[in-house]
Amino acid sequence: RTVEPLEYYRRFLKENCRPDGRELGEFRTTTVNIGKCLRSISTADGSALVKLGNTTVICGVKAELAAPAADSANKGYIVPNVELPSLCAERFRSGPPGEEAQAASQFIADVIENSQMIVKEDLCIANGKLAWVLYCDIICLDYDGNLLDASVFALLAALKNVQLPSVTINEETGLSEVNLKQKNPLIIRKHPVATSFAVFDDTLLIVDPTAEEEDLATGTVTIVTDEEGRLCSVHKPGGSPLTGAKLQDCITRAITRHKEVKKLIDKVIKSITPK
Amino acid sequence: GDTSVLAGLYGPAEAKVSKELPDRAALEVLLRPKVGLPGVMERSREQLLRQTCEAVVLGVLHPRTAITLVLQVLSDAGSLLSCCLNAACMALLDAGLPLAALFCGVTCALQPDGTILLDPTARQEQEARATLTFAIASSERKVLMANTKGSCSVEEMQQCLAAAQRAADTIFQFYRDSVRRRYSK
Repeated sequence: RTVEPLEYYRRFLKENCRPDGRELGEFRTTTVNIGKCLRSISTADGSALVKLGNTTVICGVKAELAAPAADSANKGYIVPNVELPSLCAERFRSGPPGEEAQAASQFIADVIENSQMIVKEDLCIANGKLAWVLYCDIICLDYDGNLLDASVFALLAALKNVQLPSVTINEETGLSEVNLKQKNPLIIRKHPVATSFAVFDDTLLIVDPTAEEEDLATGTVTIVTDEEGRLCSVHKPGGSPLTGAKLQDCITRAITRHKEVKKLIDKVIKSITPK
Repeated sequence: GDTSVLAGLYGPAEAKVSKELPDRAALEVLLRPKVGLPGVMERSREQLLRQTCEAVVLGVLHPRTAITLVLQVLSDAGSLLSCCLNAACMALLDAGLPLAALFCGVTCALQPDGTILLDPTARQEQEARATLTFAIASSERKVLMANTKGSCSVEEMQQCLAAAQRAADTIFQFYRDSVRRRYSK
């Protein structure tokens, strides 16, 4: 296995299964832990911990107030930041964020923008004066492949958990007053779910690759769908060429995965709401 | 149109020990925007370009070397990513590096009323519901790279892909003409 990893994998793939016993189209067990009573991060306004097999990603959302930009006076900000600290995998060194972390941050920002998950106008409190800024910090605690799926999932779960205190602007003093007792949940319009595939030798497609599989793969594809079956993002950073039909297969698989994930999230939310 | 990108390719050259790969060439892409320092957007674009180029460049012929591709954005009037892709491919051609296939970048914009527009200007991109960029390989018109901005339905994506594949033929013809012009002097 260590000497000829590619050959080892090829033998399994010929039998249409993988070394850890999964089918080619099977995902690893997913667990979600959303904050509140068993809050993942107690100082954050919203948080979630997602485990996709061994890959562990935690997302914390903090809300702060700021003045909106001059050219878009009625929009707030969402700032996602993906961090891959050196504790999650030996290939990441400490220091400034590497290319993978930055590319992942950009990808998450694009997904939020494309899917219109959170409309920036909803984050505005007073036109031109005050708006919310949501800092979403996504930190990988254990990297075993498929970072993008887990990050998107963690972000979605954490945002569903965020409660924003109501803010009013005092007319006389012009200062903002934050009412911590009265909290409103964040309005989330769409629920995007990412599905990642690894391509082997220009033909085989496997779903939810582990770190080993990702290293051996000749390419990766990530598809983000929302609940109406629309594509929010198709991310295929190079790698072996795929025909249109193969891409279509990925998309259909992604849509089924979306339904599974949505059920999981709804179940978890329901289990914490009665508090 | 008015979008222009300057591409410079250096390599295969000696690689630093920390960066060299034992069995293939290490490809590095640097994208410099017109104004400002390179940010997160440039990093993700660099990653897209790098993996696209790695798929076509036969790196195994030049192990333990480094190939550096530097792209400078001179002006941006829409379809920047596909312009970068085309510039990168032409630079690879010009340098004479061994390639498995050629590739070209095509951008499609989906208007709010459903019409597909190829190679949109910056204005059209802003008004569009979704912008999709594909890198199409010259062998069998397969998809090497796909990047979408904005949401669209599956059928619309397939239509854009088909339109992009047709447009790829025109671009490959342009490649042939340019190379012919260069070498016929």
